[in-house]
Amino acid sequence: MTDNSTAPVPGENAPANPEAEKAMLAEARRRSRRSFITLGLAGLAGLGGWRWLISQPDDAGIPHPLRKVLDANSRLASAYFKETRLAPEFARSRARTPRKNGAYGLKSEIDPVAWRMRVQGYGTDKTQEFTLADIQALPKVEMVTELKCIEGWSIVVHWAGARLSDFLERYPLATRSGRPADPLNPPADLAPYVAMLTPDEQYYVGLDIASALHPQTLLCYEMNGEPLTADHGAPLRLVTPLKYGIKHLKRIGTITFADTRPKDFWAELGYDWDAGH
Amino acid sequence: MKQLVEKHPLAIRWFHWVNFPVLALMIWSGMWIYWANDVYRLGWGKTTLFKFFPQSFYDAFHLDHKLAQGMSWHFVLMWVFFLNGLLYVLYTLFSGEWRYLLPTRHSFREAVLVTLHDLGLYKKPLPVRKFNGAQQIAYTSVIVMGLGSVLTGLAIYKPVQFGWLTQALGGYEFARIIHFALTIGYVLFFIVHIAQVARAGWNNLRAMVAGFEIEEVDPVTHKITAGPTSLPAADSSLTSN
Repeated sequence: MTDNSTAPVPGENAPANPEAEKAMLAEARRRSRRSFITLGLAGLAGLGGWRWLISQPDDAGIPHPLRKVLDANSRLASAYFKETRLAPEFARSRARTPRKNGAYGLKSEIDPVAWRMRVQGYGTDKTQEFTLADIQALPKVEMVTELKCIEGWSIVVHWAGARLSDFLERYPLATRSGRPADPLNPPADLAPYVAMLTPDEQYYVGLDIASALHPQTLLCYEMNGEPLTADHGAPLRLVTPLKYGIKHLKRIGTITFADTRPKDFWAELGYDWDAGH
Repeated sequence: MKQLVEKHPLAIRWFHWVNFPVLALMIWSGMWIYWANDVYRLGWGKTTLFKFFPQSFYDAFHLDHKLAQGMSWHFVLMWVFFLNGLLYVLYTLFSGEWRYLLPTRHSFREAVLVTLHDLGLYKKPLPVRKFNGAQQIAYTSVIVMGLGSVLTGLAIYKPVQFGWLTQALGGYEFARIIHFALTIGYVLFFIVHIAQVARAGWNNLRAMVAGFEIEEVDPVTHKITAGPTSLPAADSSLTSN
């Protein structure tokens, strides 16, 4: 497209005779042709760019360049993240029972008495086991927050459990040195990522440490005033209003710590790894 | 006698034509996302006048089971949509083009006359100007809608980090409704826009590509006798024409 950005002075382009008018119309045709060809080429270039994009190697369910942008978005989001920003809380009367939505990791039978949560210390091979009573011995935190499914629906739920940060302060497994993981004053050797798996290892999520240590991230054992049911992740599940529901792993089996992003069930299928709010 | 009159600056033509495919892809990927929780409808109680969207619509365009791809495209193209829109607004502000685009106190009355005229109910000629009152209202509204889409989009994309925004927009679920309604608004805008461009004809369409119109002018006074143009002052009202 060509341009004449200066506003025309009336009469400036006005031809004085039919010959001049003819020349003006020829010039108009030339400009018009050039502009349409430019626009057409720009359109073809856009189409070419799009075809190049979708032909790029697949990176966990989406073309690699899209994955790169999603990762850049999440770097930007984590730079902006503040642990003091809290998800809003609601009146308990608004709490409802969420739908079950998927049974990955929940398909085998589980004996709640024999169940243990296994936590492997960061940078060690040692694994420590915890009973539900160990978790319930930590300060009980209740919150009424909105559970947001990545599908687009949301529902208010009343959760109760222990803060993951309280757990990692009481049991300092997230640092190499064995120092407690104080979220407001994180030690230098704190693990950057947390991984969680179901006992059958069929469902797994990864979390950045900032979200894991957020005061609203709970090892949850009660929903709407009742102990968790099997469908909702008994005996212990993760709840964090800082992430979509896909990260709220039900029936925690193992927790480990990592230097790089742990594998994540839905991130392998095209979703954003961060899935953060 | 004919004269070449400049109409749309180059920058505005580029912003316009970049926005077209980007907004189309935002709507398309948005429908892939919406499919996963397609709860909106027009109706009341148990009466549904129209469901967004009928199954046949999803089937016809293969919109189903593409949530992950939809989100990835949406969260990539949002940057292009936002930056293109921001640059457009800044350009109109600094170039002075906003004077033609922003409605004035006469625009609403004029918009009614334009609408009546287009429906064949008002026979007198309309004012000859770059953008009439109806256009000023439409082109300004669609920018406000764009801002609305960015803000409601941000409110449902990061509802904790931008919790104040989500609350200001009526909460997570309501912000999603506005975000969807604005999208329907773009589709309606597009339909009217295409119909009006078809009515206005070649001279007008070419101006959005090549930048100029060919106008009939009085050979003595050089006054434009037919066709819209940028020449009269942007705030000239109905009465001054």
